[in-house]
Amino acid sequence: MSEQTIAPADDDFEDEVIEEASWLKESIAPLLTFAALLLIWEAVTFYFKLPGWLLPAPSAIAVAFVDWWQDLWFHTLVTLYETLVGFALSIALAVPLAVAVVYSPILRKSIYPILLAMQSVPKVAIAPLLALWIGFGALPKILVVFLVCFFPIIVATATGLASVPTPVMDLIRSLSANQLQTFIKIRFPTAMPHIFVGLKIAITFAVIGAVIGEFVGSESGLGYLILVSSSQARTPVAFSALLLLTVMSIILYYAIELIERIAVPWATRT
Amino acid sequence: MPSTLRNLHVVSNDEPAARQSTAGVVEKIKIQGLHKTYLTKTGRTVALQNVDLTIGGDEFIALVGPSGCGKSTLLRLVSALIKPSKGKIFMDGAPVTGPSHDVGIVFQQAVLLPWRNVLDNVLLPAEILGLDMKKAKERAHQLLELVGLKGFEMRGPHELSGGMQQRAAICRALIHNPSVLLMDEPFAALDALTREELGFELLRIWAVEKKTIIFVTHNISEAILLSDRVVAMSPRPGRISEIVEVDLPRPRTIDMEFTQQFKGYSDRVRAVIGH
Repeated sequence: MSEQTIAPADDDFEDEVIEEASWLKESIAPLLTFAALLLIWEAVTFYFKLPGWLLPAPSAIAVAFVDWWQDLWFHTLVTLYETLVGFALSIALAVPLAVAVVYSPILRKSIYPILLAMQSVPKVAIAPLLALWIGFGALPKILVVFLVCFFPIIVATATGLASVPTPVMDLIRSLSANQLQTFIKIRFPTAMPHIFVGLKIAITFAVIGAVIGEFVGSESGLGYLILVSSSQARTPVAFSALLLLTVMSIILYYAIELIERIAVPWATRT
Repeated sequence: MPSTLRNLHVVSNDEPAARQSTAGVVEKIKIQGLHKTYLTKTGRTVALQNVDLTIGGDEFIALVGPSGCGKSTLLRLVSALIKPSKGKIFMDGAPVTGPSHDVGIVFQQAVLLPWRNVLDNVLLPAEILGLDMKKAKERAHQLLELVGLKGFEMRGPHELSGGMQQRAAICRALIHNPSVLLMDEPFAALDALTREELGFELLRIWAVEKKTIIFVTHNISEAILLSDRVVAMSPRPGRISEIVEVDLPRPRTIDMEFTQQFKGYSDRVRAVIGH
């Protein structure tokens, strides 16, 4: 290994500038592709005179988007609320439970099979039961979100907490560190990058979970809007709602990634 | 950085010639009839068999042997990370029952915590032991300067080369000023040049900071060049097969490797560990 890797730069050196691709440069190709696809779509619907209820043209979707803006926004907030509350609830329960599981082998042996069974049950199948038990408010949707997020978060957290390298554990043990010191100074920071992997997987599931909940029975939310507008042949509105769901999911994912960059800079360094 | 540019002779010249005399005078660690066996599915594995060894205060002992000879096991037993199956270890006359704060450990990997900068990594043991942090910080700065890491205190471990990381790990092992330093193949993961350089660096630190050092390695030359005594071990079951007193003058230099005396030691060690 070279010891010179971080030698202070001399002023008379002409450092070669390694050009980093700018954001704009990076995005130009995908943006052009996307625009081309939209154009083809528009052309196809126009040329084959496809009815709007079957496949609306992008322009028709844009019009619906503007016309229905207020409704779309209202339903977006409902779905966002269910997603975030369910997600937060999942973190609040999965992380402490993961800690308990890591510290108690008995708990690990008894809880893991149950978790696996829970994870194996299709959430789409549970959603109607939740609606049956709790009704049609926000709560059953929040619970579906909670259920889909719980597994990835607890597994990632437990894996992370248990991933302290053996020499680090030896070092800590040789200093007779107590459990609290070990947890705060070693285990939890070690687990952080793993936890974020779990959170990123969970947040993409979360939006899907909310929509599943809304499909089963509800009076609001983007899932509800999609269901109602397609049944009423207002397909452009359904497409607008779909677009909003996609954007929401992407924004939430990147929000988690941003928090990750701030919270665990050592793991996200490139 | 200063220490890397310094050539090996200069590094080792910082080591006072007089230090040899202190070795082996006080009985620091005494190992008596030590056995370590592991029960596995396939049966009982004898990791260590009937090990007796007395190590003097400020003595530099090298444990050398092929893989599976139990040298790392012996080190873990001395650090009380594992318990012996039979036999006893005494430190300063008292039986070792649990991890001692008078011991510092360096592993093959530096294992610096990536979320802490170099200084905070070095300070970790002080935090855990609840030492006076103001004093500990002063000492950390002194140690980092001693190993040539001055100016790198606030850097992250990822910004350091392997050799520099291991220097920081040595500082971390010394921060609470233990009198015993246990090193488990500390330079094995480094390239040959860095390894050589850090060996001499260690001798220089040892000269400034009087310690009893147990240094595990599978490199025979490294063992002879650094230590007062080479304890050669053989595998299956792990046991001490010979102890070679290294009577090379200090400060040690790299050209000693080419002397007849050195070759004699090397041949003796090689013969008993079967390499």
